[in-house]
Amino acid sequence: MKNIILAWRNLWRKPWRTIITGGSVFFGVLFTAFMTSMQYGSYDAMIDNIVKFYTGYMQIFTEDYHENKTINNTFELTDSIMSIIHEEPEITSYAPRLEYFALASSADITKGSIIIGVDPQMENDITSLSKWVKKGAYLVEGDDGILVAKDLATYLKIDVGDSLVLYGQGFHGVMAAGLYRVKGILSFPSPELNKQFIYMDIKTCQSFFSADNRISSLVMMVPDHYHLPKAMKHLKKEIKSPYMVMSWDELQPELVSMIEADNAGGVFMKAILYMIITFGIFGTILMMIAERKREMGVMVAIGMQRAKLGVILFFETLFMGLLGALAGLLASIPITYYFYKNPFPLTGEAAKTFIDMGIEPYMYFSMHPQVFYIQALTVFIITIVIALFPIYKAFTLELTKALRA
Amino acid sequence: MNVIEIKDLVKIYNSSEVKVKAVNGITVDFEEGEFTAVVGPSGSGKTTFLNMLGGLDRPTSGEVKIGGINIWELSSKKLIDFRMNNIGFVFQAYNLIPVLTAGENVEFIMHLQGKPKKERELRTRELLESVGIGDRIKSRPAKLSGGQQQRVAVARALASKPEFILADEPTANLDSKATTELLELMAEMNRKYNTTFIFATHDQRVMDKAKRIITIEDGKIIKDEEFDQ
Repeated sequence: MKNIILAWRNLWRKPWRTIITGGSVFFGVLFTAFMTSMQYGSYDAMIDNIVKFYTGYMQIFTEDYHENKTINNTFELTDSIMSIIHEEPEITSYAPRLEYFALASSADITKGSIIIGVDPQMENDITSLSKWVKKGAYLVEGDDGILVAKDLATYLKIDVGDSLVLYGQGFHGVMAAGLYRVKGILSFPSPELNKQFIYMDIKTCQSFFSADNRISSLVMMVPDHYHLPKAMKHLKKEIKSPYMVMSWDELQPELVSMIEADNAGGVFMKAILYMIITFGIFGTILMMIAERKREMGVMVAIGMQRAKLGVILFFETLFMGLLGALAGLLASIPITYYFYKNPFPLTGEAAKTFIDMGIEPYMYFSMHPQVFYIQALTVFIITIVIALFPIYKAFTLELTKALRA
Repeated sequence: MNVIEIKDLVKIYNSSEVKVKAVNGITVDFEEGEFTAVVGPSGSGKTTFLNMLGGLDRPTSGEVKIGGINIWELSSKKLIDFRMNNIGFVFQAYNLIPVLTAGENVEFIMHLQGKPKKERELRTRELLESVGIGDRIKSRPAKLSGGQQQRVAVARALASKPEFILADEPTANLDSKATTELLELMAEMNRKYNTTFIFATHDQRVMDKAKRIITIEDGKIIKDEEFDQ
């Protein structure tokens, strides 16, 4: 305890120097926390967008369907799968889908399209599909109408109230054909989706493909991607062959690559900031050791063990780093919280890019604890590493030289 | 009874080109209660001799036996403990710990010795009163004059109840009045506690107070005189 008091007093021998060094740590931590919050916020928005747009956080399908996405590789949702899902508390909602390819014809125009059978309510809970309906109305349970993506509708020259013929191959090679009324026109942010998607009620879809009770995938949601690992661990353990479960990052590896590439830039920036912090603390420690060499010599001369002296110097270094880090963290929480509640609006090209990706044009911030504790942990580790230097100096101090210093 | 026995003590400094024999075969004994000045011109080897005697600088060869223990055969850790329990140091520049008060500076060494709080506080008060600055117990070194700081340093050196005190030019930074007072004080401590004092000094006033004067030149004892005070 005496050593800690001594270390604390030593810290305030030159208050301005401690304040300046602590200040460099403070601003470093504040800036890295702010930057990390912005990064995580934008990743969260991207992930949230992609999972809520289509993939969900997790999907269950058959191993055969993963290899070859045909109607014959679909499956019937069993009680055992449903009980596994109900047992997992992280899963907040789920929705079955039956997805396959068919030709869509209106008058003399035909085009290949992707038919997706959904439970209107369950699907809307996950993807808010109804918000993309720009004309007409959304599906209801048992609906025999369909929703057609806008570019496909334009190409087929159809509108709400018109009829569309769908035909293709059903389950086990059965001929699939039907005439459906266009109930709504969907306008997605992605041009690719606008060219080929047709949605219908899952029962209607199963009937069209002669695939009663069959689904191609079961889409599941958790509160956010931070809750995913636990749920995935459980499902990967419980879901056995011939079924399999995949998470959004396995289903969307290109998004993961994009986030990783962006994150690498952030890591580089943070590394520079932490290097500034490191040299700030290290410089102060070097000065402090040089100034107090004689005093350290006196302490060892009169009977202080070198290890004890090392402990005092260790605590001084630790206090200096942690004081700045703690102050930086405390200051960063209200600032990032403000921007978390009031994200920056984006303008110009950046805004257009976000809109094209289906994300609202705002710079989002994250308040995830990781944003903050990682900074404290990093400064703590940096400080511990720097603190090894004064310990080394305490053990290698040459008494006669130190006493002459 | 001999407290300190020194035999054939040699210290050679190896600079890049030449070897310098700072101490060149000193053999001498010190008895309990001595008040001795080691004198000689600058560079004669006084401080090096005192440093080896105090376990601060390892000799190239020779023995330093204190209470029958050859201190240079002790491990580094044991040597530090030995210094703490047996040797008191008074330095030219006082060398008090600036962030500790006068009382805490004196108490510091007893804290290292693991003495109980009550005993530490009592002895600190007693020592500071006996060196005449009991009223400055809560003052930090920066608030004390040079003479007062050196008094605290003497109290600190006495705090561990050492066998002997080594004082390297203790009066060099003091004015005449403070020097006289400090010497009186150390002489009184020598009488009161029978503690051995060994000074390295240039100061004639210290030599005048000494009961024994050892003169060193070129690393060798050239004269060893005892006086009745």
